[in-house]
Amino acid sequence: MLRLPKFAYHTPKDAVEAVRIAKQYGKEAMYVAGGTDLYPNMKRRHQTPQQVISLRDVPELHSMEVLPDGRLQIGAMVTLTTLEHYPHLLAHYKGFAHAVREISTPLLRNMGTIGGNLLLDTRCTYYDQSHEWRESIDYCMKKDGAICWVAPGSPRCWAVQSSDTVPVVCAMEAEIEFADEGGLRTLKADDLYQDDGIQYLTKKPEELLTKITLPAPGNWKASYLKLRRRDTYDFPVLGVGACLWFAEDGTIEKANVRLGGIGSYAMPATATEKLLVGKKLTDELIADAGAAAMKPARTMDNTDLDVYWRKKVAPIYVARALKACL
Amino acid sequence: MVLDDPGLKHGAASPQARSDAPWQHDKNKDELEHIGKPIRKVDARSKVSGLTQYADDLTMPRMLHMKLLRSTMAHAELAHIDTSKAAEVPGVKGILTGKDMPMPFGILPVSQDEHALCPDHVRFVGDPIVAIAATEEEIAWDACRLVEVDYRELRTIGGVHEAAANEEPRLHDYGVRGNIHRLENLEFGDLADGFERADHIREDTFWFEGNTHLPLEQHASLAHFDKDGKLTIWSSTQTPHYLHRALARVLHPLPANRIRVIATPHGGGFGGKSDPFNHEICAAKMSMLTGRPVKVVLTREEVFWCHRGRHPVLMRSKIGVSKTGRITALDFHSFLDGGAYGSYGTASTFYTGALQTVTYAVENYHFRGARFFTNKAPCGPKRGHGTVQPRFALEVQLDKVACDLGIDPAKLRLDNLAPRESVTANYLRIGSMGLGACIEKVVEGSGWHERRGKKEVTKDGRIRGLGLACSSYLSGAGLPIYWNGMPHSGVQLQLDRSGLCTVFCGSTDIGQGSDSVLGWIVGEVLGINPLDIKVVTGDTDLTPVDLGSYSSRVTVMTGNAAMQAAERAREIVAKGVAKKIEVPASRLVFAEGRVFDAEDPETGMTFMEAVGIAEAQLGTIGTVGSYTPPKSAAKFRGGGVGPSPSYSYSATVVEVEVDPETGIYRVPKVWMAHDIGRALNPAIAMGQIEGSIYMGLGEAMMEEMAYRDRSHKGQRIFLHKIPSMLEYKSPSTLEMPDCVTYMIEDPDKNGPFGAKEVGQGPLLPIMPAVANAVFDAVDVRVDENPISCEKVFAAIQAKNEGKDARFGPALDATGIPDVDFGESLRIKTPWQGGDGTASNAPSRTKKAKK
Amino acid sequence: MSELNKVLATFQVNGEPHEVAFVPHKTLLEVLREEMALTGTKHGCELGECGTCTVQIGGMPVLSCLVLAVDAVGKDVRTVEGLAIGSDLAPLQDCMADLGGAQCGYCTPGVLMAADALLKDNTRPTRDEIKEALAGNLCRCTGYIKIFEAIELAAARMRGEDAEPSKESIYGS
Repeated sequence: MLRLPKFAYHTPKDAVEAVRIAKQYGKEAMYVAGGTDLYPNMKRRHQTPQQVISLRDVPELHSMEVLPDGRLQIGAMVTLTTLEHYPHLLAHYKGFAHAVREISTPLLRNMGTIGGNLLLDTRCTYYDQSHEWRESIDYCMKKDGAICWVAPGSPRCWAVQSSDTVPVVCAMEAEIEFADEGGLRTLKADDLYQDDGIQYLTKKPEELLTKITLPAPGNWKASYLKLRRRDTYDFPVLGVGACLWFAEDGTIEKANVRLGGIGSYAMPATATEKLLVGKKLTDELIADAGAAAMKPARTMDNTDLDVYWRKKVAPIYVARALKACL
Repeated sequence: MVLDDPGLKHGAASPQARSDAPWQHDKNKDELEHIGKPIRKVDARSKVSGLTQYADDLTMPRMLHMKLLRSTMAHAELAHIDTSKAAEVPGVKGILTGKDMPMPFGILPVSQDEHALCPDHVRFVGDPIVAIAATEEEIAWDACRLVEVDYRELRTIGGVHEAAANEEPRLHDYGVRGNIHRLENLEFGDLADGFERADHIREDTFWFEGNTHLPLEQHASLAHFDKDGKLTIWSSTQTPHYLHRALARVLHPLPANRIRVIATPHGGGFGGKSDPFNHEICAAKMSMLTGRPVKVVLTREEVFWCHRGRHPVLMRSKIGVSKTGRITALDFHSFLDGGAYGSYGTASTFYTGALQTVTYAVENYHFRGARFFTNKAPCGPKRGHGTVQPRFALEVQLDKVACDLGIDPAKLRLDNLAPRESVTANYLRIGSMGLGACIEKVVEGSGWHERRGKKEVTKDGRIRGLGLACSSYLSGAGLPIYWNGMPHSGVQLQLDRSGLCTVFCGSTDIGQGSDSVLGWIVGEVLGINPLDIKVVTGDTDLTPVDLGSYSSRVTVMTGNAAMQAAERAREIVAKGVAKKIEVPASRLVFAEGRVFDAEDPETGMTFMEAVGIAEAQLGTIGTVGSYTPPKSAAKFRGGGVGPSPSYSYSATVVEVEVDPETGIYRVPKVWMAHDIGRALNPAIAMGQIEGSIYMGLGEAMMEEMAYRDRSHKGQRIFLHKIPSMLEYKSPSTLEMPDCVTYMIEDPDKNGPFGAKEVGQGPLLPIMPAVANAVFDAVDVRVDENPISCEKVFAAIQAKNEGKDARFGPALDATGIPDVDFGESLRIKTPWQGGDGTASNAPSRTKKAKK
Repeated sequence: MSELNKVLATFQVNGEPHEVAFVPHKTLLEVLREEMALTGTKHGCELGECGTCTVQIGGMPVLSCLVLAVDAVGKDVRTVEGLAIGSDLAPLQDCMADLGGAQCGYCTPGVLMAADALLKDNTRPTRDEIKEALAGNLCRCTGYIKIFEAIELAAARMRGEDAEPSKESIYGS
């Protein structure tokens, strides 16, 4: 049986205490929310924190409320199952709700949290393997080794952003709140992530993700479309998050399209976005905008499914995600 | 023997039982009390209660936990192994290396090529080198990390082309030559004449990637060498008898009669637990070393290393047909990637050529098969053993032939059916044969004639297609794994005055319900409730030898043995009762828990009373039954693989919906008809068919043993790409289609109550039917399995670019390895006046031409 | 509880208290199987990829391989051993046994716990809802169909209907 390495377990009662413990132990410590990402990684010895700080007893992380200005604020510890059944979400945030439903299996969603999903470790078929397997290839730079097997000449790690919610929350320009010793700070979702498989987050390790705030319903529409082999279990090998802001006559005022599952962060499909703005969403525009995503879809051989095929179908998926914004 | 015109024979399957069926004198179908009824399995209650004790659920006082350190290199010599640091870890109680168990073993006598731990040569990433037992599993794992292994790298052999091209370094010092493990070359009839008479000839090349069983239960064993010098091992094995033999061999001088193997309830086998395994032998040896019980439970990754799954097979098939589509000649080549060890590979090689003739009458047939050693986890038997890959090739090729000739693929098959009660070109004896009825059922059910080729478009823009394929499978291998003249299955039966009936049999229930088969058959013969019968199985101390749960042999073989034992018991009880109530024994009926006079049902007694009367008169009641399959008609070398007491038949129509933009397809519905002879329990038989459809769809759509092939610091990295439950893709509930299942009951004279196999056959036609359905939808051929969305997409792209609308291995000479198969063994067919012997005896050690 | 010392805690499993001492890095799966001898809960990967170890916590099906035992203390834990009522099988178990929904039986405990949770929330689940509820439980034997049919039959019987399996599901079409 694969088992967890030894660690001490902390259950702070509020965010301040959680941050204090994290600060106290520094690199030895990690937060855990649902555990569905961290514990498998610990069993495979990707992460071996000696101090695990559980957020289960931090009440402020379990709340969910509609703010007076119409925005929806969701605590980091709210489970994915709670979210997917939340009527307000289903009514006003269909794209996001769909992304939540697409995560793994119902059993995992009963345990996994939105906070955990936003911070999901990047993935790679050379990394998400047992210790023994990784030993056989002499490891990789993301853990214990020196090389990136995906691009051996590369100085960086190419592990893949694999959260289903990240592309769509980035596209929606959701805001993410963190607690630190100095208090709270808020980031635009895009600013939490960066294009590096190892340092994929811009936050400091002891910073605690407390809440995500989705914009108030309005003249925008978001969608998420996931490519994977099975309709359950699997991580995205491409996750298209799109959000379009429409003028009253249907002209697109602003467009955000993010591609998950192909780079180390939810990559903006800039050319697609540019094509869309100032136009109305016709079938022809959708096709052109999809085709424009071919270039940024620099797929690499580190996920399930063929690398060439993934690149070829990316424009089709982008187009279909845009169509879902109609 | 004259070959009837098969064209006239199709659909001739008679629903009536034949008079020579041994069960028929007994009870007619309508009178059967338990057989054919959907009664619970004997172990159903404990399984739904979580009370079934699998191997890992067992614990013993002072039990140690063992882990294996496995090779991190694909191919290397072991220069040095240093376990001294591991030995110092507190809690470590025992360490074994290859030198502790020098005797090689292997499932087949001709390939004793494995060691419990590699002494000096590792052949794949995952090959075990050191075993460590400790008081806790974590300690054993940590200690393994402290072992220092000094490898000396050898060139890696990565697949059939590499193995054919590189004679050195050899993985093994036996086999044909270089890295060729087996070469077979069998020619039945006159191929030249067959092709001469053909109006249409086509040649195709196919590739079938390997895949694995993926049982949910990870292999586990608990071994205990007790203070009386006896060894007991509880293990998740499908073949306790063969494990018993392997243990006796490696643990020599411990005699076999001091070794007891108990096959624990099984959390999934599918062929993957049919070999004796390193961890089983190591646990036994470790218990002998430490004097304590030793448990080993493999991780999921280690289950992938054990493998023994589907061989990757490259195939070239040349077929000749008449204008009307009748097969005149078939020339079939298979190239098997065997992985690192022999396993069942000799049989696997023959099986890639054996059963093509059992579905369709092939007048002239030439089979050439080669198996290679490569640095991969060893391949072996997986559901459909060796016959799955050639079935894929043949059924896709027939679809192409039908297309070439403008004949309906269903009609083409019906016109070529092998006749019932006949002998094939390669001397396989066909008894009952219900394939015609199967085809007609699925054709009718699916609306084949109305819907095929219509290219209906779904609301979301997908194109529908229908594909048809057929297959056949053995009801048990005609020969045992090792040469002997003893029965394949033995049953002992004990009755006592309490009314208890206990059945003892060495068979192993791997979830298919074989324990229940024993209960149903004995219950039927003795007229008692099967759930009242005690079934004791899979224990080499207590139960007579049965060869194991493989080759779909259990229902027919243990079933017949159980029937014989039960009939003998009934005879004894009847004798006692007849005397007591003064009614002729022949007039006694055993039914409803009673024994009574057929002419006056009121005159009689309960079964319990009847047993008491017989026991008083005749003494303690115990009987035995055994079963040995009929002798094969094949007398040529290699004719031992393929013969079976009976063959099941399946036909399927698969519906697909293909997204032409991406190649992604789904399977919404499957129609499957299976000629089962007779369903001993229809509900359980349905479960076997549905499970076969499921596993077939997994193989067709997504499952593969993919390998990473890289180099690093001048060293080749070659290992399984995705050894996990997440990345080795097994279909979920959401991928499972609706299934319409038909059971064709055409009782076979060799089966108990007419039963034939059901656990494997219905898997076989799924993959080719998917490929054929994809063609029906989008006019492209995928000549490779799995038929993944990427391949469908690539073929669609090729079509759109005006190229050959196909994805598959090269069709020219580069597509298959250049192997000299030597001179063929020539065998005259029955219709040429042959007698099953070869007319020549080619030298076995022919050297390759340079 | 910040040290590596063992924790002494009382679990409520299937309505019974179990007092167990364990180290904090043990999962609920390990403690159930190895400390409480509740081996009905199986394991197939220990990484949350197969569903075999499914148990219920507070009525919610979760994967015991990814739940720390300490996090289950004080909660209502239910395992396959808790489904039967005395020596009587629950309707769901009965239907699974009757239809052959358990072949090798290794996924069965997890399937039962997921299905039982579904039937608590939904007395009349559609086939699609059943598929969705079991989308995290792999089975390699059955092709799921006998499991779906057993759940449908159990649901009908639990609603008080005098339901029988369809002829096609038992004898084929």
